Amino acid sequence: MSDQQKPRGKGKGKSSGKGAPQREAEATDTESPSGDVREDSATASASSTDATAVEATAPEPEGSGGSTEPASSDEQAPRAQSVLREILESSTLVVIMAILASLAIGGLLIVFADEAVREASAYFFSRPGDTFSAMADALGAAYSAMFQGAVLNVDATTFAGMIKPFTQTLTMATPLIFAGLGLGIGFRAGLFNIGAQGQLLIGATLGAYVGFAWHLPWGIHLIVAVLGCALGGAIWGFIPGFLKARTGAHEVIVTIMLNYIALNLVSWLLTLDTFQREGSDNPITPVVDETAQYPLILGSGFNLHLGFLLALACAWGVWWLMERSTLGFEFRAVGANPHAARTAGMSVSKAYILVMVIAGALAGLAGSAQVLGTEKVLTTATAGSLGFDAITVALLGRSRPLGTVMAAILFGGLRASGPTLQVQAGLPVDIIFVIQALIVLFIAAPPLVRSMFRLPAPAHEKEVAA
Amino acid sequence: MKNTIRFGAIAAAGALALAACGTAPEEEPTAAETGGTESEAPVEEVDFKACMVSDQGGFDDASFNQSAYEGLQRAADELGVEIAQAESTAESDYGPNLDAQVAAGCDLIITVGFLLGDATLAAAQANPDVNFAIVDFGYEEPVENIKPLFYETDEAAFLAGYAAASATQTGTLGTFGGINIPTVSIFMDGFLAGANYYNEQNGADVTVLGWDGADGSFTGDFENQANGQNTAQGFLDQGADIVMPVAGPVGLGAAQAVQAAGDAWLIGVDSDWTQSAPDYADVIFTSVLKNIGNSVFDTIEASMTEYTNEPYVGTLENSGVGVADFAEGTVSDEVVSELETIAAAIMNGEIEPSTAG
Repeated sequence: MSDQQKPRGKGKGKSSGKGAPQREAEATDTESPSGDVREDSATASASSTDATAVEATAPEPEGSGGSTEPASSDEQAPRAQSVLREILESSTLVVIMAILASLAIGGLLIVFADEAVREASAYFFSRPGDTFSAMADALGAAYSAMFQGAVLNVDATTFAGMIKPFTQTLTMATPLIFAGLGLGIGFRAGLFNIGAQGQLLIGATLGAYVGFAWHLPWGIHLIVAVLGCALGGAIWGFIPGFLKARTGAHEVIVTIMLNYIALNLVSWLLTLDTFQREGSDNPITPVVDETAQYPLILGSGFNLHLGFLLALACAWGVWWLMERSTLGFEFRAVGANPHAARTAGMSVSKAYILVMVIAGALAGLAGSAQVLGTEKVLTTATAGSLGFDAITVALLGRSRPLGTVMAAILFGGLRASGPTLQVQAGLPVDIIFVIQALIVLFIAAPPLVRSMFRLPAPAHEKEVAA
Repeated sequence: MKNTIRFGAIAAAGALALAACGTAPEEEPTAAETGGTESEAPVEEVDFKACMVSDQGGFDDASFNQSAYEGLQRAADELGVEIAQAESTAESDYGPNLDAQVAAGCDLIITVGFLLGDATLAAAQANPDVNFAIVDFGYEEPVENIKPLFYETDEAAFLAGYAAASATQTGTLGTFGGINIPTVSIFMDGFLAGANYYNEQNGADVTVLGWDGADGSFTGDFENQANGQNTAQGFLDQGADIVMPVAGPVGLGAAQAVQAAGDAWLIGVDSDWTQSAPDYADVIFTSVLKNIGNSVFDTIEASMTEYTNEPYVGTLENSGVGVADFAEGTVSDEVVSELETIAAAIMNGEIEPSTAG
């Protein structure tokens, strides 16, 4: 009994805490009293059409009032989730427009960063043509370098040379597909997992260790190493999932902190002789055995490795999991409304833990693309910014497997064009990151994109407005 | 208030518009004319392309990537070579960056740091007709078309350690690094050896905090200045009055702590910090110089006529490493002349500037 009362008390405290600012809002904001609450429930019902069964049996979390609900860690979740949902539901058109807008603004930066343009603009009024032609030159050089670096090298004399950039794009996309898929599952289950970076690193560490320290026969070695990567990531994903499920620790904070722990752990491991090359004190592991490396699928002239096909297989697997399996249905139900899911008899805790374990395993596989595919060694730089790029990829792909694959290929292309952009066009690689960051910015603010391009608001928002 | 902003905006807009009113340069001929004239003595364009790939620190890391890049730029300015550079942001960028530079027709490709060791080797083996050089890394077996550039920074750090030991008021020195890697610890080791040598020669008892010949204090990265400040403060609290941070920009945090303490000194590394960190010029005791830029420049210049894979080793003798001027009034003339003797002894091998030897 006392067990029952305690959480209830907490629940009341929280709900009254929530209520106060709302009343304030009602008092001050005459235009839309408690608008965000209604939006919450409206988006919830609009989005969870595929979870109608749950919806029908479950009371509205806000409407029914906190006092009758059993208090839990996810009490504060719906607000954050509605933002997430808003992002995930932005239409394909918005996504494409966001990419175009980012490329356009990136173009402006290219233009103004260009020395010739700045020189010519100094005498803009006496001969404006110079400025414009310099601008055109700068843009042409930049975009053609991006195209040649990411899609097709038109200067190449052989067919292999021509398609090499695209295979490089796919290679660069591979870890992003893996990690993006994992994050996507989390997003759809209402978990904002920022920890792909750490999960990737730990996975890569375990996989690399298996790769260079164990010497197993051909075939088995690769499988064991890949499983090692997945296991490492899964362990690192399990921790925040478990903490969230049992103690309500917020996954954003926990995963961010675990990223630091992972990075410092790897830095420390790399100071040990076991992880260093013989006769060297540099923090870099030996090269993983050839038996543990992903075979190159297009021959030695290309970097594209088996990991890419594995990533596509995982994409299919994730699609099946989320759309066809009971477990995936539970994940989605928990994401749509944890209270409703619980009322319907699902274990929210189990879902949180499983989601994080699967996401971690996929992030670990992203690590395998690095240590068993392209790099073949582990250093502290192995993860680069992959874990964070993967967040963008998952959001851009609206957390759907197909979308994630496409978004990963787009980002892979941007990354693959980095070298040509720098070497051919002489532009700083930062342009790529600015474009990536702008995409995030626009994706995170669908109304901004819609108003920029005068796109109609999606249906459920109109309902709210009406 | 609003008006001020408005006026400001108008003024700014006006300035921009005026700037845009500048007269256009004469049509084309200027370039053609000056091409041959001697008035500006333009550098003769030569048919040589030198390229550089950074590690993930980027060319603005206030450390070896930056020093190497400055050497590359100087080569463009003074030798007239064509240059191209590619910054790496992740491990997976190394290979593609090198490929792109090979494809762009670079004659000499310089890579910076041990992280690029594997990628450089792979690119060198795949492109035997392109020449490479790598900063701060060497291969166990020499590679036909890779020239390694090393620096015996312990030689210079030894001198700094000796001088610091002579100058300390408290009898305690401190040193710390960013990450325990050979290119960092070599500074700390030379510094410790120099202080120990001073003790031997003068029967003094100067202690060095932060490095014991095998392990010591490391902040964990080359970015977080707060860690540098804390570590330096820790040394100051333990009585150190001269601190040498070997951690790139992290050392600026140490400089803050030292400057705040008032009665302490800092030893800069890599470049002369009275130039590169002028805010702290008043607390810079000296700097241990590692002239990466010069060696990169020299390598490019030499490669234009004849490339060799002979390793370049920066020493006191060839000024690849060195010590900057000491702060006024800190080091006595006597010590300065002793340092000259020691430097000579290091050059001819009589003194081993490390604790191991």
